[in-house]
Amino acid sequence: MLRIDQHLVDEMIAHARADHPDEACGVIAGPEGSDEPRRFIKMVNAERSPTFYRFDSAEQLAVWREMDRRDEEPVVIYHSHTATEAYPSRTDISYAGEPDAHYVLLSTRDPETTEIRSFRIVDGTVTEEEIEIRS
Amino acid sequence: MSVTVSIPTILRTHTGGAKRVEGSGETLAALIDDLESSNPGLKERLVADGKLHRFVNIYVNDEDVRFSGGLDTAITDGDEVTILPAVAGGC
Repeated sequence: MLRIDQHLVDEMIAHARADHPDEACGVIAGPEGSDEPRRFIKMVNAERSPTFYRFDSAEQLAVWREMDRRDEEPVVIYHSHTATEAYPSRTDISYAGEPDAHYVLLSTRDPETTEIRSFRIVDGTVTEEEIEIRS
Repeated sequence: MSVTVSIPTILRTHTGGAKRVEGSGETLAALIDDLESSNPGLKERLVADGKLHRFVNIYVNDEDVRFSGGLDTAITDGDEVTILPAVAGGC
């Protein structure tokens, strides 16, 4: 299960809506081993594409080093799908390289409501999990 | 000569859980071969068909080696090498 504060969910949705129709992506860092998403980090989608996303490699290095310095890890890795459902694609699964992260997918295909779902992706296996949003 | 290599969580099964390992080599390819000898299985997670695997980013100091010569990138004493999972996907 992913337990996450409402304001962090709001930030992800705002980012996904702002970048629509391109895919948006980012990280929420938290203390190592805590499973607590705390620090919201909006990332650049280096692909600037409605169908792909990729963290800019230089930005990623800077962000991962900063997490290392703070004894944090990427608790949530999120990205948006802008024309399809919030479910990991084959490409998402093949790239999923953080076995301890919650992979959050947002879909902005409906202009009124943003679908948001969370998954674990380990060794190519996708497991959906509940999201408990705390206010 | 020796350099420190940061290992991401997903590859720590090959380093006995270690976050950082030491290795040596004049080029990134030689360094990876040296790492493989003490961390079996690591190389095939980094290299496919003689090229850097698309699922990983490798940096020498601050430079992504994709932009600095790939596996031929020169390594010098005291360099800091960082391996990260590439974060990408799409619908």
